[in-house]
Amino acid sequence: MSETTTKSGVLSEHAKHEIDHWIAKFPPDRKRSAVIAALRAVQHDNGGYLTKESMDAVAEYLGLPQIQVYEVATFYSMFETKPVGRHHISVCTNISCMLCGGDEILAHVEKRLGVKVGESTADGRFFLKREEECLAACNNAPMMMVDHVYYENLTTEKVDEILDRHK
Amino acid sequence: MSDDQVNIEVNGVPMKARKGQMIIQVTDAQDVYVPRFCYHEKLAVAANCRMCLVEVEKAPKPMPACATPVAEGMKVFTKSPKAIAAQKAVMEFLLINHPLDCPICDQGGECELQDLALGFGRDISRYTERKRVIKDKNLGPLVSTDMTRCIHCTRCVRFTQEIQGFQQLGTVGRGEMTEIGTFIERSVEHELSANIIDLCPVGALNNKPYRYRARAWEMTQHPLVSPHDSVGANIYAHVLRGRIMRIVPRANEQINETWIADRDRFSYQGIYSEDRLMRPMLRENGVWQETDWESALAWAAERLSKIGKQQSGAQIGAIASPSSTLEELHLLAKITRALGSANIDHRLRRTDFRDEASEPLYPSLGCSISDLENASSVLVVGSNLRAEVPLIAHRIRKAAMRGAKVAFINPVRYDYLFPVCGYLASNGLSNLEHLLSVAAAAVARNGQPAPASIAASIANMQPSDVHSAIAQQLSEGERRLIVLGAVAQRDPAYCDLRLAAEALAQITGATLGYLPEGGNAVGAHLAGVLPHRAACGQSVQSAGLNIADMLAAKLKAYVVFGAIEPAQDISAAGALESLKAAECVIALSPYASAKEFAHLILPIGTFAETSGTYVNLEGRWQSVSGAAKPVGESRPGWKVLRVLANMLNLPNFEYTTSEEVTEELRRELAQSPQFKVASSSRAVQSKLSLNAPALQRDIPIYQVDALVRRATALQSTRAGIEGRRGQTP
Repeated sequence: MSETTTKSGVLSEHAKHEIDHWIAKFPPDRKRSAVIAALRAVQHDNGGYLTKESMDAVAEYLGLPQIQVYEVATFYSMFETKPVGRHHISVCTNISCMLCGGDEILAHVEKRLGVKVGESTADGRFFLKREEECLAACNNAPMMMVDHVYYENLTTEKVDEILDRHK
Repeated sequence: MSDDQVNIEVNGVPMKARKGQMIIQVTDAQDVYVPRFCYHEKLAVAANCRMCLVEVEKAPKPMPACATPVAEGMKVFTKSPKAIAAQKAVMEFLLINHPLDCPICDQGGECELQDLALGFGRDISRYTERKRVIKDKNLGPLVSTDMTRCIHCTRCVRFTQEIQGFQQLGTVGRGEMTEIGTFIERSVEHELSANIIDLCPVGALNNKPYRYRARAWEMTQHPLVSPHDSVGANIYAHVLRGRIMRIVPRANEQINETWIADRDRFSYQGIYSEDRLMRPMLRENGVWQETDWESALAWAAERLSKIGKQQSGAQIGAIASPSSTLEELHLLAKITRALGSANIDHRLRRTDFRDEASEPLYPSLGCSISDLENASSVLVVGSNLRAEVPLIAHRIRKAAMRGAKVAFINPVRYDYLFPVCGYLASNGLSNLEHLLSVAAAAVARNGQPAPASIAASIANMQPSDVHSAIAQQLSEGERRLIVLGAVAQRDPAYCDLRLAAEALAQITGATLGYLPEGGNAVGAHLAGVLPHRAACGQSVQSAGLNIADMLAAKLKAYVVFGAIEPAQDISAAGALESLKAAECVIALSPYASAKEFAHLILPIGTFAETSGTYVNLEGRWQSVSGAAKPVGESRPGWKVLRVLANMLNLPNFEYTTSEEVTEELRRELAQSPQFKVASSSRAVQSKLSLNAPALQRDIPIYQVDALVRRATALQSTRAGIEGRRGQTP
């Protein structure tokens, strides 16, 4: 849990600074446009997921009804609304990866971590994200993304080595 | 041809359309049917259901009629093979996840999806996959949910956003996992919230109290007028075997558009409250006993004529509920005056009756309800608008969203879900002082001498910027309105407030309007249910006692007409005690609660069980013929009064229908000399002792009358619970 976002939903100075940076890019009456960027900043501050308090704080900061923030937070797959593991793993199983063994990679990850897609490991280390579709790295399929970093031309050995590096 | 018109062709028929109109608006106006789910004329275009796809010549693919603007020479085909194929394909998609549980769905028989599935659906589904199941949401005690049936048209979402003014529902999740809901469990709270029941084109959002009570095709539909506020919202009662099963809106653009307040929709529960009286009740030697109508009426006639003869009627006082029908009010006034009494009043919550001769014939809004939307500036004085008159609040919100400047002067700050220009809430000043400060600013601005009534009192006022801004907004623009709400009318300084508002209207040229309390306060004024005026505003030889005075005078006999519960409904101090101390109190009420003070209770029908007329705050007469069978042996109030008059041997009470009563009053109105407002010579006093705290003057939204207080669903809402809490001492 981060020290910057308190339970009362007060945004950290860093998050506010980041949100202000995005608000400035839009017309004054279109603060709603900054909601994705705001949620990204707040999620980052909050250890990788959004709490109701933090979403409400964003709503208040941008002057939006709370539901409009919930809508965005639940729509985009990069936002989590429940506590999840530290490292976010997305294994692509879309067509190019599927043809090159993406399903086997996913099965290996599931077996190694002992969790199913959509679950986090009990130690809070890994979170295997649900249904991450094509991430546009078909030329080097199969691929997965761990904490926003692409890993391509995967083999099960390579996967083990990558996961070992994420403590 | 004007520039803003275009010619289009629909199914080969030439039509004229306004530039910027969507195809569906043109086809709807011309009665060309285009299927739809998400489109609603009162809501923004979402174009997400795609059911209204039509073929447009030269367009490469079918176009949604709700979101395609017309263009010169456009050729639209609503029933071409391409259009029908597109509509059928959309229907197939919509039915992938829909449960088709119509036999156990309340919407069955009146369902837009069911209807369109009949027209555009396939006989057999091509899908073998499992259907998606969505957990139901708890949206509170008014709206039931079966979210698996939802087709994501987002009408309800747009309603909360655009009509309520604060988005409470949203589309949560995405793709097949999309759900309509609040994300975290919470009730949808707004005075118009239950309109989402009617908006929902499927059975996802339904009427919770009505759940599984009846099928749409079993019931008969009867027009009624809602009696809870002076708007006169048009409603339909759906009746099964003489009993109202539910209330739905009756569209009337002039009054309620397609909406009704939750109060209008669920108050019918009060009709079937457990304490409805089944038979006349008489208290003899302190014991209540049921009796028959004949002896009850004979008892009433005997007592009234005896007390009437002894003291030339002056010992009789009549108190009428302002939610009674015009016919009931007219007959009550006629009987009271025939008995020689002028002590009659319907202004249950008024406390200040000074200078009432200078009041207008009836409290009128000053413009039509639909014109409110086009106001350029509105100053609301003393009104918890959303609670008092929800549909007027909606119209004023519409005006504000169009750019009207709306300002408030209130004892406390209420939430309004629209931009407010100026809000003057107490800050140590009374409403009157705020109003006089605005008047002072207006006088300073216009540079003309102040009207005599306020000249002295504005001298000491020091208008702030807000006062000056309000004075300015009232002086500029096309349609400017000052309205005095119910909180103002209950004010101990109402007379001064009214005169100050009149003066402000005179200085600025704005129109002064009123928001009277009760469904038929205007009718009560016309029928002469007032101590100082007879029917049609005619003057009386000697004025009677107003409600506060007649209760303070401790008369021998009172006739209390309508579901009046003194502790909640009458503001005059010691009302209940005065009634209890009287020698004879005859209550005509649907409820047993009248036992608290009455000697005889004659059970009368509620608004839904009697024919009658309501006059709304525009002065619009609306007659309805009753919908439900009266509970037990209760009878329509006008019939009871007519028989009572017959038994009192009073002349000219030979009516056989309520229409005859209405006609009599109409004739009187037509023949009576034109009403002239007496001018007032009173000078407004700016200082007064505020003996009643502001909040006591505000009546919670679900406490306004006895019927609403008995509507269990409304009482279970947060507003209902909070209202009751505020009410208990």
